[in-house]
Amino acid sequence: MSEPALALRGLAKSFGGARALDGVDLTVGAREIHGLLGHNGSGKSTLVKILSGYHAPDAGAGLHLHGEALRLPLSLAEQRARGLAFVHQNLGLAPQISVLENMRIVEITAARRPWIDWRAQRRAALASLQQFGLAIDADQPVSTLSPVERALVAIVRAFVAIDSTRSGRQLHGLLVLDEPTPFLARDDVERLFRLMRQVVAEGASVLFISHDLDEILEITDRATVLRDGRVAGTFETKATVRDAIVALIAGHPRVATVNADGAGVAARRAATAKAALAFEIRGLAGPQLQDFDLTLRRGEIVGLTGLLGSGYERVLHHLFGAAPALRGTLRAAGVPLELAGQTPAAAVRAGLAFLPGDRQGASGAGGLPVLDNFLVPDLARFVRGGRLDWRRMRAHAGGLATRHRVRPVDLDMKLASLSGGNAQKVLLAKWLDIAPRLLLLEEPTQGVDVGAREDLWQAIREIAAAGTVVLCASSDLEQLEALCDRVLVFARGRCRAEVRRDALSKQELLRQCYAAVAA
Amino acid sequence: MSGDPSARSPLATFVERFALVGAWLLVIAVFSVLLPGSFFTWQNFAVMFASQAPAALLALALIVPLTCGDYDLSGGATVTLAAVILGVMNVVHQQPIGLALWVALGAGVLVGALNAFFIIYVRIPSLVVTLGTASVVTGFVQWLSDSSTISGLDGGFVDWIIIRQLFGISYAFYVAALVAAALWYLFEYTPLGRRMLFVGKSREVARLNGIRVDHVRAGALVASSVLATMAGIVYAGVLGSADPFSGLNFLLPAFAAAFLGATSIKPGRFNAWGTFIAVYFLASGITGLSMFGIPLWVTSVFNGAALIVAVTLSQFARGRAESDLG
Repeated sequence: MSEPALALRGLAKSFGGARALDGVDLTVGAREIHGLLGHNGSGKSTLVKILSGYHAPDAGAGLHLHGEALRLPLSLAEQRARGLAFVHQNLGLAPQISVLENMRIVEITAARRPWIDWRAQRRAALASLQQFGLAIDADQPVSTLSPVERALVAIVRAFVAIDSTRSGRQLHGLLVLDEPTPFLARDDVERLFRLMRQVVAEGASVLFISHDLDEILEITDRATVLRDGRVAGTFETKATVRDAIVALIAGHPRVATVNADGAGVAARRAATAKAALAFEIRGLAGPQLQDFDLTLRRGEIVGLTGLLGSGYERVLHHLFGAAPALRGTLRAAGVPLELAGQTPAAAVRAGLAFLPGDRQGASGAGGLPVLDNFLVPDLARFVRGGRLDWRRMRAHAGGLATRHRVRPVDLDMKLASLSGGNAQKVLLAKWLDIAPRLLLLEEPTQGVDVGAREDLWQAIREIAAAGTVVLCASSDLEQLEALCDRVLVFARGRCRAEVRRDALSKQELLRQCYAAVAA
Repeated sequence: MSGDPSARSPLATFVERFALVGAWLLVIAVFSVLLPGSFFTWQNFAVMFASQAPAALLALALIVPLTCGDYDLSGGATVTLAAVILGVMNVVHQQPIGLALWVALGAGVLVGALNAFFIIYVRIPSLVVTLGTASVVTGFVQWLSDSSTISGLDGGFVDWIIIRQLFGISYAFYVAALVAAALWYLFEYTPLGRRMLFVGKSREVARLNGIRVDHVRAGALVASSVLATMAGIVYAGVLGSADPFSGLNFLLPAFAAAFLGATSIKPGRFNAWGTFIAVYFLASGITGLSMFGIPLWVTSVFNGAALIVAVTLSQFARGRAESDLG
């Protein structure tokens, strides 16, 4: 038996006070396909980022690649020399450029010769495609490929990088696939698996990160489950069943799950049950969402969740008109609003507000001051005698900053120079300030420190208590447990289950997420 | 651009805001000492203020779409289009000047609407579209004017633009100053101005905050062409004739003034008074140099070098951070 392809010992990583990884051991054998599982916050992505050199681990971690002891973090050159290659979820392909150029990008751009030998590059690219039996035209741009073909091209490219380190006839190497499959259909997954088996047949090993238990059960030899930054268990796939894996991912229910605001939520829930109908969503459908219906009552906080690629967050985008819906109706107080032609401007007029997950790219203008970001949803209210009354605007924004505990209170500071938590407070406060009737939140506390997280939750609870309906799309199950009256669980673009407050716990949601995919 | 202005002292902020004004005063002072009899005369300043009014109007026109993140390279051609329409209608076809003015403004709206159609509806980058319309309009202007200057514009019109004076300066200057004031008000004191700013910083952020990005951008492009038309009208008035050739000569200095202006008054943003001052700063330098009998090519060097030096200084003041502009 040869040395394992990867042996990690005592891997730990803290961010500020929070421990993302706490003494993780992981061994991937030679010619093994090893699965890595774990829910949001389990430390999975931190582990991959340490392995790829993006983060440095805390002191004391040990790494062996094929028996050779190495120090983390590895430089790109060290990774290449040791046959360590990554395919991340975004695949790292340039869509406008041909398959050939994408596959040979390193050789083309790093060549020492002042000219490019296109015939040799073409020969090499075609040979790799042929080796894995891929009938893909190397001259077409990547953008014309189907999603699975893009993933296949990215994997073949990564394999070629590993293959180039072949010494003699022995191929070492580890291919890390970081969720390249969440949007693929069943037949496409088969193609991907065939390719992975070929890669292993050539002598390399694969670390396969996925949310999909069926995929893990089908393709891996062994798998490791991370939970709360530790290894919850490692198992032989053949000797394991689904429920056992779900139990590992979810962990044991905490005995004393006392919600910080349990009493408040319960009281509000009682009020909600009696409250008037506020919104009805009927027949909402989009490219990744099918026939979604939902009835919302005043003051309700409803969670939307599912595994990566299940399409739950699309509901928010379609309701607000951020991404076009194919069809569907939103009935607000009896007035129907066609969602196929929905625009954000019309949505705001109808009393909707949307806080996207992409803070800098979609929520707020990082290059503009906090003041402008606070007041942008409705400036007309500050017009006095035909002009904006800056004194009132400052006073109003200053009040918002104080009320929502934004630090520092400096309205002229650019939004981008605030911390994540403070920027998010500004962006949430901006919408709360115009008292929306339906507030759409996408991962409202992602990348936010613990204190700010509590503040944001409190603000969300308060606006709901005042009658606003809140829809919160999140993969952070702890957050959904803390906030929601009920949570809808999605899989493959459909709502599969509803978890009500009395049954709502992180563990139950996890079980439902995985059960929904299997259904 | 770097971090927060609050981290800098009020003095540093003041220096950055008014450095361009200081540079302008310095240029005036230097040439006044060197050329007391010719440069430092009211006559010289009055002529400069009036003759640069078309350039100021065009630079102001450009900052409207620039604030929304779009380039309008057709502005220079639109200046000559407006001038030539006045010439052809009023002189060649003997139509009343009032009618000619309306037709010129209508042509400006048309150019802006064409730009907006291709940029926003067809979704072609503004640089590409306006490069194309600039060339098309330039060609059209040459056909319309038979490639020759048309003189003999309506006396009353010319009188109003350049002969009549208020406080010793022709009306032409006040037209430009009024437009600068209007744009300053638009950017600083109206919700629309704030919306334009968001659109320019990030279209997606603006859209998801309920701003109708397409409407704002289209409006800015049409406004830009209309203001360029006004620049052409004033230009025809200042010359007393319609010159079909100067479009491109206007365009590059106007862009230089727009970017130069964005280093002062409201540093980091295109702003009306910064642009207005930048036009006259460049004009003062060039007037002084030309009085020394320095050859024409120095004009181009001065325009370009002043722009690069100013923007470089401003970047160093900000620690060479990523620029907000363009």
